[in-house]
Amino acid sequence: MATVADEMHEQHAAQAKQTGYHYPDANGHFGRYGGRFVPETLMHPLAELTEAYEHYLKDPAFLAELDNDLRDYVGRPSPLYHAERWSRELGGAQIFLKREDLNHTGAHKVNNTVGQALLAKRMGKTRIIAETGAGQHGVASATVAARMGLECVVYMGEVDVARQQANVYRMRLLGAEVVSVKSGSRTLKDALNEAMRDWVTNIDNTFYIIGTVAGPHPYPAMVRDFQAVIGRETRTQTLERAGRLPDVVMACVGGGSNAIGLFYPFIDDADVRMIGVEAGGEGLATGHHAAPLCAGTPGVLHGNRTYLMEDEDGQIVETHSISAGLDYPGVGPEHAWLKDTGRAEYVAVSDGEALAAFHGLTRTEGIIPALETSHALAYAAKLAPTMRRDQTIVINLSGRGDKDMDTVARLDGIVL
Amino acid sequence: MSRIAELFERLRDEGRTALIPFVTAGDPNPDVTVPLMHRMVAAGADLIELGVPFSDPIADGPVIQRATERALAAGVRLRDVLDMVRAFRAENSTTPVVLMGYLNPIEIMGAETFATEAAAAGVDGTLVVDVPPEEAADLAGLLRPQGLDLVYLLAPTSDAERIARIAGVASGFVYYVAVKGVTGAGNLDIDAVGGKLEEIRAQIPLPVGVGFGIKDGPSAARVAAVADAVIVGSAIVQRMEALMEQPARIPDAVADFLRALRQAIDAVDAGKEGA
Ligand SMILES: Cc1ncc(COP(=O)(O)O)c(C=O)c1O
Repeated sequence: MATVADEMHEQHAAQAKQTGYHYPDANGHFGRYGGRFVPETLMHPLAELTEAYEHYLKDPAFLAELDNDLRDYVGRPSPLYHAERWSRELGGAQIFLKREDLNHTGAHKVNNTVGQALLAKRMGKTRIIAETGAGQHGVASATVAARMGLECVVYMGEVDVARQQANVYRMRLLGAEVVSVKSGSRTLKDALNEAMRDWVTNIDNTFYIIGTVAGPHPYPAMVRDFQAVIGRETRTQTLERAGRLPDVVMACVGGGSNAIGLFYPFIDDADVRMIGVEAGGEGLATGHHAAPLCAGTPGVLHGNRTYLMEDEDGQIVETHSISAGLDYPGVGPEHAWLKDTGRAEYVAVSDGEALAAFHGLTRTEGIIPALETSHALAYAAKLAPTMRRDQTIVINLSGRGDKDMDTVARLDGIVL
Repeated sequence: MSRIAELFERLRDEGRTALIPFVTAGDPNPDVTVPLMHRMVAAGADLIELGVPFSDPIADGPVIQRATERALAAGVRLRDVLDMVRAFRAENSTTPVVLMGYLNPIEIMGAETFATEAAAAGVDGTLVVDVPPEEAADLAGLLRPQGLDLVYLLAPTSDAERIARIAGVASGFVYYVAVKGVTGAGNLDIDAVGGKLEEIRAQIPLPVGVGFGIKDGPSAARVAAVADAVIVGSAIVQRMEALMEQPARIPDAVADFLRALRQAIDAVDAGKEGA
């Protein structure tokens, strides 16, 4: 298998030719979305970050180190698993699972934190900050900070601290300070607000590791590029296995990093359908959901223009999802662009449907998925029966469900 | 000539430094704001910055965040803020009013609608915290024909190249954020501020206001020695918060505080004349 360095290089070379998809532009815009909507204090640091990122993306020593870390520390490449029993039960397309749950720390998030931490070290920063919802990105950030001996502060909404206790404890074990954020709706969006405030105050020594493809430029592009290893491996694995590309690639969408990581290397393959699955919560009609692409409107939040959950006065509204990692009122600007251009499709499934898929996969395949991931599984369970047996769906199994034991047990009336 | 340009021209002739208070519109309730604006003018405010409440104020520290939450809880939205300015203008046609806030409420109202309605209400300019010059072209193009100034921020991290970029687009005045941090942050380093203002003035002919970290008479005086305007926000909002349960006492308390700032600034200005 080619090294990550080779693959990254190839991908960028292909895009440099501009034969196909080539976003964002130099200012970080994906069509009308994206950009850099931040206070002046952050403009220079963002320019520095962009410059460093663009430089190291072409630096063989940096890429070799990244390659090593992804192999020996994260455990890549992750397997592509044929879920035969579940496919048979659904009675249609063959379902393959890209096993990001098998990564170190149990989710795709670490692909990005490993990359950004290497960059932080190269830039001479000694302090890492991060926001987290489910706690997966917080754990992945605390993990790389511990390994590199960097100070780490993780911002987490008070509501999420309460529902993801095990991850809070993991972060503290790893030496991170977890700050419980009590402003606004006390969830992921407020954790992001607080991390931005920290960054403005401590830019000289601090590197902000954003956990998804949101935020101001260069974050949406940079996080995508670090997560695109998922799609590059998937492409190689499906070609090796079946001699052709999958018919559908599918992933859950919170901020959208596991989805774009899977989609991006397939963007120029027009025959590959890309489907992002948002959190439908209690149903789109109830307003209690976290599905800005399906039911939101464009606006500006957290440094970029994208689809948002907002009211008619432009105030951001509270979201609801059974999964903390999808409970976010925005979405990465590239997804907004892929939606408008029609290249990707976005759907939503409810809390109940996600929970049913959580149990379904656990019982038929012996794999306990994260509740976030279960949203993608739930839509696959609807789509697969409408497809032929010789067609394939690849689902990004973005994380494992250990962190969700409390939530699921409580729904069954059990307190662990 | 715009009210903002007129103000700074007059102050320059008189050798005086402007005092610019900031309050969040609708904090702690919507009835407080307009009478408070009049009292602030009487106590020495030269221009008023009115904060437009937004659910996710990433550039604000805890004090203004809480003010924002109170105003939002009281139902205050961008349209209500425009109504407050209209009410203020019924009795005051000279003191400039600048709205300070975030882009999304403007974008959702429609920037063109906002520009027309803000101008009609008597707003003089707007400072949109999360719109740097790189993202400002559309908004600026809609505000200008209505005679509204788009006020830009400058920061300790703005290098010569960024100052030049802002010089090319700024109007009214520019706002130098004196500390790396959010509103209400401490540690004003006046020597560093003075040096940066020289850099800014070398490229930008407009008046320069300085804000963030000004808490009392002595810090206002230090800033007045180098800036064209002293901008005070969190220190005022904090005094209002302390009187949240007795809002009738807010205008007096704020007026007392502004008079003290005004005195400190006037003393510095008098010294400048003598020099
Ligand atoms: C396992 C898992 N999947 C998905 C997500 C959602 O994030 P994104 O949409 O950026 O992949 C999270 C976020 O915490 C997660 O933990």
